[in-house]
Amino acid sequence: MKVEQISIFIENKSGRLAEITAILGKAGINIRALSLADTSDFGILRLIVDDSEKALKVLKEQRFTVSITNVIGVAVPDTPGGLTSILQILDNNSVNVEYMYAFVERSGDNAVIIFRFDNIDEAIAALTKNGIKILPSEHITSI
Amino acid sequence: MIWNDDFETLPREAIESLQLKRLQQTVEKVYAAVPFYRDSFNKLGIKPADIKSLADLQRLPFTLKQDMRDSYPYGLFAVPLEQIVRIHASSGTTGKPTVVGYTRRDIDNWTELMARSFVAAGTNRGDIIHNAYGYGLFTGGLGAHYGAERVGASVIPMSGGNTKKQLMIMQDFGSTVLTCTPSYSLYLAEAATEEGIDIRKLKLKVGIFGAEPWSEKMRQEIEAKLNIKAIDIYGLSEILGPGVGIECIEAQNGLHLWEDHFIPEIINPETGEVLPDGEKGELVITTITKEGIPLIRYRTRDITRLMKEPCVCGRTHARIERLSGRSDDMLIIRGVNVFPSQIESVLFSVEGVEPHYQLIVERDGNLDTLEVQVEVNEQTFSDEIKILQGMTNRIRKDIKDLLGVTCKVRLVEPKTIARSEGKAKRVIDNRRNES
Repeated sequence: MKVEQISIFIENKSGRLAEITAILGKAGINIRALSLADTSDFGILRLIVDDSEKALKVLKEQRFTVSITNVIGVAVPDTPGGLTSILQILDNNSVNVEYMYAFVERSGDNAVIIFRFDNIDEAIAALTKNGIKILPSEHITSI
Repeated sequence: MIWNDDFETLPREAIESLQLKRLQQTVEKVYAAVPFYRDSFNKLGIKPADIKSLADLQRLPFTLKQDMRDSYPYGLFAVPLEQIVRIHASSGTTGKPTVVGYTRRDIDNWTELMARSFVAAGTNRGDIIHNAYGYGLFTGGLGAHYGAERVGASVIPMSGGNTKKQLMIMQDFGSTVLTCTPSYSLYLAEAATEEGIDIRKLKLKVGIFGAEPWSEKMRQEIEAKLNIKAIDIYGLSEILGPGVGIECIEAQNGLHLWEDHFIPEIINPETGEVLPDGEKGELVITTITKEGIPLIRYRTRDITRLMKEPCVCGRTHARIERLSGRSDDMLIIRGVNVFPSQIESVLFSVEGVEPHYQLIVERDGNLDTLEVQVEVNEQTFSDEIKILQGMTNRIRKDIKDLLGVTCKVRLVEPKTIARSEGKAKRVIDNRRNES
């Protein structure tokens, strides 16, 4: 149910992003989703890829600081207010969202949103109890 | 003008015989009263009676800053605490400062030497001395203060900071002499311009600047921007505080080191061997009148050379050339002594692992800036921005708390910091390029 996300520390220097995508491309790793969080000095690139173990290995070989974080992918009705219903469930259950970002591709009629929580298990329980579909990991990496 | 004609113009032979007499007394005193010295003399098989000429000084062991740290706080004091009337301290590498104690006579001698220094810098009774050196554990503020009073000048105990108020008082009180770090004088000049004050038109005529290295080029800039004579003063708390040596206003060429109280030597910092007069090396000072903490052959780590030629001002005391560097890795940032190992200890305590870091020092306008670059590693990396920013904030705060220096902390990717022969270059000091 949990999806492995790769996080990479990058300095704000031109060309760093391209270097990472080139390393992954050369290793035959496909990026499914990504988000870039940035500050004035550094950024954190977060990726969902089709082979996170291999991605971790090739990036470490190239001396990047990389970590794996568990996130979940949620199918969100692609209609106005679709995201609100999910956020309300989380709020009602006092689950804190650390960050979230959207997939470009859809899964059937739904949009896909990646969530990082402070307490992932509570979040999964709250969402499942309320009938929200959490996408299986294999499903996400193969969208 | 000379404050103490009798001593400041003593013929060299008279200085040297006075030095020998006082050296012999000092060596006897430390041998009897300070176990550290008794042990180190015994190890070398030297007795106080062996010191028969000034050349015998070379047989005595050096005293290092580390020896002062090892004897924290009072281990090197040569008198009982009830004879100590003042205690100062400078920042230390592990959070423990270097402590110095003064007897009443030490304070009196210090005051005398600062009075000589003020007069050598062209200051006298009737002057209004704007003392912007920090008051407190740092020796700068109080050292200058008492000397100024001894001369009979009116001293304004400003201490550091609060630049707008400094300018207002300078303008309204008619300050004629400014004492602070050289970089702060330029900062004051800049702030004055912003406030619409023409600092060149104020009554200031002389500035006495020390506590950080500065170049001849910076002197010219200060003199032009403030319309004053800029005088270089030397001192270090271990030896005394400010007033160990000063430039005379007549020559502005080398700092007279008060040889009736100190014996200077220049050594090769690698081998410890004494260099011939006029050669450049590390300054070593032996105190010959101090009672609280007499120091034998203290290694200052400051690089300079000795000039024994007569000076146009009439003073006979040898001069040291403007300092040209350090023989250790100490940095002076906005007047504060900083060792890379101090920063390393902060990083270690925050990260819990051996840090890879680099210190970048620049002069931004007139003020020194310190940037601490820290490599992110797997232990410290988090995929949440707020955790990484929390870490940089804590490093910044801990450095400020330990050293009193504000810095910028920047996280960088691993292996960003150049390693040469397996060892990282810890300090990039871009200020040196300007002189």
